[in-house]
Amino acid sequence: MANVPEDLHYSKDHEWVRVEGDVAVVGITDYAQNSLGDVVYLELPKAGEEFAANESFGSVESVKAVSEVFSPISGTVAEVNEALNDEPEKVNTDPYGEGWMIKVRMSSPGEVDSLLTAAEYEDFTKAETE
Amino acid sequence: MTAPALELQKTPLNDAHRRMGGRMVDFGGWDMPVQYPAGTLEEHLRTRTHAGLFDVSHMGEIDVHGSGSIAFINSITSNDASKLIDGQAQYSALTTTQGTVIDDLLVYRFANDKLTLVVNAGTTIKDWNWIAAQPRDESVELKNVSSEYCQLALQGPDALSILQKLTDLPLDEIKYYHFDQGQVDGVPAIVSRTGYTGEDGFEVYAAADKAEQLWDKILDAGNSGSPEGVLPCGLAARNTLRLEAGMALYGHEIDETTTLLEANLGWICKLNKGDFVGRDALAKQKEAGVKRRLVGFEMTERGIARDEQDVVVDGARVGRVTSGSPAPFLKKNIGMAYVPVELAGEGQQIHIDVRGRLVAAQIVKTPFYKRER
Repeated sequence: MANVPEDLHYSKDHEWVRVEGDVAVVGITDYAQNSLGDVVYLELPKAGEEFAANESFGSVESVKAVSEVFSPISGTVAEVNEALNDEPEKVNTDPYGEGWMIKVRMSSPGEVDSLLTAAEYEDFTKAETE
Repeated sequence: MTAPALELQKTPLNDAHRRMGGRMVDFGGWDMPVQYPAGTLEEHLRTRTHAGLFDVSHMGEIDVHGSGSIAFINSITSNDASKLIDGQAQYSALTTTQGTVIDDLLVYRFANDKLTLVVNAGTTIKDWNWIAAQPRDESVELKNVSSEYCQLALQGPDALSILQKLTDLPLDEIKYYHFDQGQVDGVPAIVSRTGYTGEDGFEVYAAADKAEQLWDKILDAGNSGSPEGVLPCGLAARNTLRLEAGMALYGHEIDETTTLLEANLGWICKLNKGDFVGRDALAKQKEAGVKRRLVGFEMTERGIARDEQDVVVDGARVGRVTSGSPAPFLKKNIGMAYVPVELAGEGQQIHIDVRGRLVAAQIVKTPFYKRER
């Protein structure tokens, strides 16, 4: 069973958001990393780039496949997890911790309320696997 | 109203794959494990360093029996089956009249009137229909026996010592691309020193209903579960292993639009053995020279090439990637592609169009990986 921390917000594209003041930390969920398999490469944006909610901000590649990753909220990239260049496997081993991908300075913090709660996301993934 | 789900074909190991946590996918109509819980990287590396076990029971087997068998096989395949001795296997191809590839296959000779063709899973029916429609001597009997066999591939430097625990056959005396018949764990089996990983190893053919017994016994004999033990491996690792070893995959490097010569398979085109389907076209192409050629490349910038992406040189789209992937053992990103011969030299700088971004790569010699012997 995939790990779904209570205190995060989730998108239907399997990203998570942790709100830290006006900054949203974004990564992909345990369920997503598990479906993807061993992550070997990430294509991430540069600090300063702007994304609208649901816009693709990069890609995550496993041995077998490429998946786009979508920003759950609108804003400007404040920081990128450069450590993933050398250790992409952190996305698998610690998806909610060292596997974070970008920090976004939110332009519309209210968007967070439209994301799924942990319980809602869990139901969503269950429905997807059925 | 929903359309009835298409029933996927299952190998005799389907239950075992599910029991062991294999992630099942539709592979050309077959319900197969793409990976096990260890993951593709670990499965790949374990096969290079110790051993990996693969279910390849989906491969097709076609028996060709009767006194005219070798002549018949020679008339429809590109390699020279008359060179085989009893107990030997040969890599060959079924060709169209244009010299393109209907399938690549192994020809096993048990006796001069008893041979078996081992063909790809997704092409078994197409191959069977083609083969059965070719003119043949009335002595030749064809039989599609695909469902009667299971096939397990045990590959890697520890393959011999693991399999030897289960059989009295002197495995170290079986030469590469030869086979022997005997018992494995008491089960009548054909043990062939062949594989698709670039490692030493064996492919074991046995009755389909013995598949799970052999699977479990081989895993036990190889201390599966320990850090240096044999790992069950899925199709994803099988693909990255064969790609590192520079081997063609049907439907990617070779198909009915590519000739054997373009695919660097001239070594299985025996143009002087007598006539065969596609011989004239291949002879003509050999004389004129091929216009494009299959090459290996490695990425020199960050980025992973994937199947079907374009090869770009000086702004022009000059070819396409047939297979592109990370190479887990080499720790590089590699691929194979067709490019015009004038751009096919080692060291040629190319770019791959990776979803709209041009990423630099260079042509290198294949195989990318060669084991130490």
